Amino acid sequence: MKLRRTFKISVILICLSSFLACQNKILREALTLSPESLKDRQLQTRIFEGNDEKKILTASAAVLQDLGFNIDETEVRAGVIACSRERDVTDPKEVVLSIALLFLGIYLPYAEKQKVLASLVTKPLNQKRIAVRITFQHMVWNSDHVLIKNEQINEPEIYQEFFSKLSKSVFLVAHEI
Amino acid sequence: MEKRVLTIFCLIFVLVIAACAGRQKNILETTESQVKLRSMQSRVFDMSDHNRLLRTIIATMQDLGFVIDDAEESLGTVSGTKRSVYFLRMTVSIRPRGAHQMIVRSNVQFNWASIEDPEPYQHFFSTLSKALFLEAQPVE
Repeated sequence: MKLRRTFKISVILICLSSFLACQNKILREALTLSPESLKDRQLQTRIFEGNDEKKILTASAAVLQDLGFNIDETEVRAGVIACSRERDVTDPKEVVLSIALLFLGIYLPYAEKQKVLASLVTKPLNQKRIAVRITFQHMVWNSDHVLIKNEQINEPEIYQEFFSKLSKSVFLVAHEI
Repeated sequence: MEKRVLTIFCLIFVLVIAACAGRQKNILETTESQVKLRSMQSRVFDMSDHNRLLRTIIATMQDLGFVIDDAEESLGTVSGTKRSVYFLRMTVSIRPRGAHQMIVRSNVQFNWASIEDPEPYQHFFSTLSKALFLEAQPVE
């Protein structure tokens, strides 16, 4: 009896310590630069000629509005724009599949809502150049309101498209269009 | 019969009140003392440029994969969230200490728990120190 209790306590202690070790490992990795951080920085950053940081921020806010984002916070003196966008991402094909599977007795929820969060930060490099860095993350909930995706967006095409639009917007703002 | 119903009703009422009180007690609860928390969450940096330090903190948070949720230059605060298989929310604040030093303080929330262990803060401050050093010594 005593042996069984000791065994139970040991199992609980092992589980608890491995959970704490796992959490510490996650936190260490989360708060230390990863080997991919330089690649991510290059993907998320573009350099613009000029020294008018406010003009770049104005052009950036305009592009974010073009893309349907709502501006949540801005701080010009730190060069920050925080924004988000919420959309219904229900795919009719997924809904049809979900209904078809229901007839076979299988319940499969489908992706329904998405929230994209972005922060854009400007940083003067010298008197002639300003770096613009944008980071996108997204969250997706299924039809049961369960969070199924919660991650950083790393597709190069998305960043290329954003910066292509920003280049045009900087030009338009410069010419007051 | 009526007496039993009344007793059950009173019991439920007491339980609801107790549960509410329990939740309210959690609102300002921490496991560590205020002094210990401040000490593990703060570091002193030898610099006086408020704006440069704040911008370096923002850049470091972006390097670590955070999306900046809010920044306030005059108050010297930045908040950001890192989304992965977990949620990591961090607020960093800066304030001057004398004429040539700044105190940087960070507090981290991991999913639904506050981080009150010194190790994660050491990692963050070490990453920030490297970023400040690299900025001070441009390679170009």
